[in-house]
Amino acid sequence: MRFVDEFREPELISRTAQEIRRLADPNRHYRLMEVCGGHTHAIYRFGLKDLLPSNIELIHGPGCPVCVLPMGRIDDGLSMTAQPEVIFTAFGDMMRVPGTRGSPLEYKARGADVRIVYSPSDALKLALNNPDRHVMFFAIGFETTAPSTALTLMRARKLGIRNFSVFCNHVTIIPAIRAILDSPDMRLDAFIGPGHVSTVIGCRPYEWIARNEGKPIVVSGFEPLDLLESVLMLLRQMREGRAEVENQYKRVVPWEGNSAALKAMAEVFELRPYFEWRGMGFISQSALRLRDSYAEFDAEQRFQVPGIRVTDPKAAQCGEVLKGVLKPAQCKLFGNECTPERPVGALMVSSEGSCAAYYNYEHRKASLVTTVAPAF
Amino acid sequence: MCLAIPGQIVELLPERDNLALVDVGGVRRKIDVGLLADDPVRAGDWVLIHVGFAMSKIGEKEAAEQMRILAILGEDEAAMREVEGYG
Repeated sequence: MRFVDEFREPELISRTAQEIRRLADPNRHYRLMEVCGGHTHAIYRFGLKDLLPSNIELIHGPGCPVCVLPMGRIDDGLSMTAQPEVIFTAFGDMMRVPGTRGSPLEYKARGADVRIVYSPSDALKLALNNPDRHVMFFAIGFETTAPSTALTLMRARKLGIRNFSVFCNHVTIIPAIRAILDSPDMRLDAFIGPGHVSTVIGCRPYEWIARNEGKPIVVSGFEPLDLLESVLMLLRQMREGRAEVENQYKRVVPWEGNSAALKAMAEVFELRPYFEWRGMGFISQSALRLRDSYAEFDAEQRFQVPGIRVTDPKAAQCGEVLKGVLKPAQCKLFGNECTPERPVGALMVSSEGSCAAYYNYEHRKASLVTTVAPAF
Repeated sequence: MCLAIPGQIVELLPERDNLALVDVGGVRRKIDVGLLADDPVRAGDWVLIHVGFAMSKIGEKEAAEQMRILAILGEDEAAMREVEGYG
């Protein structure tokens, strides 16, 4: 196949794909969920679906932090821009995410002081350089990103900074996986575990998935060969009747995770009793907030946050897509009202969102090329 | 969002704790290495960088691999923009 040529070790890739075909039971349908949005992007970009037999279905999970943030939280964060002293800072990915009255970029166009930062420490630096202003950092991300926010807050406290706060929207991956497994309309056989989240949390937090739920999980890297190897490892487990946590991404992910990062998170954050996820509703103990000892840096305590709850546009079916119940193209808005250029739902905003990934690689391809015959 | 950018530590900077100069594809910026406090970095080490913080140590081979992956995913420009944006 053409796309294989641009990858490392093409022979190994086709050998692994063949081995997957050999091991997959033709009388069985396999539903494997890749939890991480980075994997979703990679799977579409590499066209991995075409390398897998048709009875292996990859379901895209909730691991895109921009996508799972409910619109009400965006509105809450943007409400702080009404204070003239506030400089609203966020990662570039957040800038085009629509709130009820526009995205952060649109607020900026209307005169709000909205700025992109590439690191939470740059937001802190902005506060140091603007002592007469208040810098609010709109924090999002899973455990990959939360430790950086934690270290930044530890430094802010050490420096005695008074004009800096964090609007904390950090979420944790394990409760989301639990919610998916508890969802009655979800039937999954196994998981491809997230790569970079696992560099922080390690592999142990997944053990209950194997032990209590009887589902195999393999923490995976991002190369085509990594993802195929992970699928193969899952198939081997299922064939042998095992359910274990395995680490395919050993070259980056230590089994025990990153102790300094976990310590920083524990110092600064505590679990919220519950948090709303877009399309998935309220999930208990699934998000982080600042501990009381960091209350002075908590934007939610510092500003009157309206606590807005917004239901997604009725026609958009982000929730079903996010849970893997619907494929992106099965949503009524997909490709018509909702495109990466003019996103209605958050899954279309981020390149890690399954709708944007599907649109960019499958939909565009389908409209440009009429037939692509797989070589396997 | 979850870009992990490979870079090589050039030197640890004395101006504050846990600050290091890193080289990413020829671009040199300051990053925080505080998340690797339990396994401290030294000049010459390769690390994966996420939002301005080194999040794990990797080998040189993995660093090259990761750069290639970013390029294949069409995220190499975004990664360089991010690195250049680090204050």
